[in-house]
Amino acid sequence: MAAPETCVPAILEIADDCLILGHRLSEWCGHAPILEEELALANMGLDLLGQASALYAHAGKLEGKGRSEDDFAFLRREREYRNCLLVERRNGDFAHTMLRQLYFAAFMQPFWRTVAATSSDETLRGIAAKAEKEMAYHLRHSGEWVIRMGDGSDESAARMADAVIELHRYTGELFMASPARAAAIADGLLPDPDTLRAEWDETVATVFNAAKLELPEIRVMQKGGRDGNHGEDMGHLLAELQFMQRAYPGHTW
Amino acid sequence: MYSQGLIGADSSTTESEEFLATFQARIDREEKIEPNDPMPEGYRRTLVRQIGQHAHSEIVGMLPEGNWITRAPSLRRKIALLAKVQDEGGHGLYLYSAAETLGVSREQMTEELLSGKAKYSSIFNYPTPTWADIGAIGWLVDGAAIMNQIPLCRCSFGPYARAMIRVCKEESFHQRQGYEIMMTLARGSEEQKQMAQDALDRWWWPSLMMFGPSDTDSTNSDQSMKWKIKRFSNDELRQKFITATVPQAEYLGLTVPDPDLKWNEETKLYDHGEIDWAEFKAVVSGNGQMNRDRIRDRNKAWDDGAWVREAALAHAKKRADNQHIAREAAE
Amino acid sequence: MTDKHDLTPLWEVFIRPRNGLHHRHVGSLHAADSALALQAARDVYTRRGEGNSIWVVRSSDIAASDPSFAEPNFEPADDKIYRHPTFYDIPDEVGHM
Repeated sequence: MAAPETCVPAILEIADDCLILGHRLSEWCGHAPILEEELALANMGLDLLGQASALYAHAGKLEGKGRSEDDFAFLRREREYRNCLLVERRNGDFAHTMLRQLYFAAFMQPFWRTVAATSSDETLRGIAAKAEKEMAYHLRHSGEWVIRMGDGSDESAARMADAVIELHRYTGELFMASPARAAAIADGLLPDPDTLRAEWDETVATVFNAAKLELPEIRVMQKGGRDGNHGEDMGHLLAELQFMQRAYPGHTW
Repeated sequence: MYSQGLIGADSSTTESEEFLATFQARIDREEKIEPNDPMPEGYRRTLVRQIGQHAHSEIVGMLPEGNWITRAPSLRRKIALLAKVQDEGGHGLYLYSAAETLGVSREQMTEELLSGKAKYSSIFNYPTPTWADIGAIGWLVDGAAIMNQIPLCRCSFGPYARAMIRVCKEESFHQRQGYEIMMTLARGSEEQKQMAQDALDRWWWPSLMMFGPSDTDSTNSDQSMKWKIKRFSNDELRQKFITATVPQAEYLGLTVPDPDLKWNEETKLYDHGEIDWAEFKAVVSGNGQMNRDRIRDRNKAWDDGAWVREAALAHAKKRADNQHIAREAAE
Repeated sequence: MTDKHDLTPLWEVFIRPRNGLHHRHVGSLHAADSALALQAARDVYTRRGEGNSIWVVRSSDIAASDPSFAEPNFEPADDKIYRHPTFYDIPDEVGHM
């Protein structure tokens, strides 16, 4: 078992991905394009918030300083959140939201599958086994929608293509290992994300092919989230997320 | 989350005496009426209207609580609230489905909501400015809805009764979720207690109004009772609700904002002060604080989603056409 | 709105609570095609562990018996008591049969 100094920051990166994307999905509640999709978006949001919660609790235990899941989720500074930029991107239209979900789930499903099979941390293996199934559904659900919007009406195809141009440049960060991640990889806690790239490429290519979408050529992938360098939307997201905890410090809710 | 009291459908009906008597005999034998069974036009109209209003209330009801999902104060509260509001969406869906068995489409009902023609529970036209409102809604509004929905599980119309059974089962955690929030506030700091009291002060009277006008002023109520769409009168349910809720407020150490509230030893129920029916009428007729915002938000979601729904249909059509071509090529 | 566009079809949803039981009708939903209908059924009707298998059928594909013909359809079966075991007299000594 690796030392807490290496595990905790690496686990927090993933927990932050789950929290921030779960929060984004929850913003749809009451505003979805189809009533059936209200239920689907909330289900996916609940999966991710549940994963975040389990990961924060585990990180808190490993850290041993008495920090609770809520301390991690609500009481850090913006630079301390280490989620990738992809998950903090604003929801945009339904095409953006479903494509963001596809990109993320196409990475996380094999990620969790590998963690479940190989991680040196038993608790993490347990969290991963459950999360892998959840992400498999997210992948299927978002994939079906990307196909329908990509190969639907002229308008939906144009919106889907816009979403690809906008979001594809944030996918590179999924495969980069931060120093925290590199240490966790060396300790056998987490898999090297670069080893998951081929599967991700294939998944996305299969969906894009069915959706009649072109893979864009992106010369410069955006990065920064893993160093706490977030985009401008992030502060607004945190202003909402942290509102109660900041307005009423030290209260129990 | 809905209570009786709007409806306002024309329950008049033109069938022959004999037809109506046969139908009434089935109702009196507690037989369930199923969608394709013969039924008086007034019965069908009342149900379409009532189930539609009920469904709309669930959907519009997502908005005031949805207002706090992104600001919920802990992960536990955030997850519970998202799951609860998701349930409301599901309940709207079950109810639209129940109404659709009577030959009205979800699209038709949606258009009536969006145009402002269809009514929904007036309670959702009040704003949720503080976190305590989420507690008060779960405790009081869901509490009032449960009072109304449990008897609806025995409604004479089969699809409505079946939808309500599912809804009641799922809603069993909603009121507890709200009361737990109120309890945490009531045991918290002075500021939190005040927040809880303030929410109770604002939601108490609107919750009582959810049961609809007093029996002496309620039209169509008798016919609905006779047809066993409705099992209790508005006032009966209101008093049951008050009687169940007052001790819960006492447990929290909060004060129900009704100086005339009095235990009646004879009826074993609480007598309450005068309800401001002018306010109720104003809110129902579109002049509540949030009416226009609610309808605008629903319109926006529907309009913004139009291209998604069209895309899904266009894709389905392409797929069906391709299969057709493939089949012909194979022949 | 509805006059300009096609309506999204209605589907009936059947869930099997667990192996060994029949799929049972649980409700309906709207979806453009069968794959979306199956996903929606999963998201709407199995949020509390209600089942392990889903069927969806387009509502328009269901043929239903005519309720006004219910008496000729179903009442003739009511008096065919010879189809039930109690119609036959077997002495107790024979034992369970």
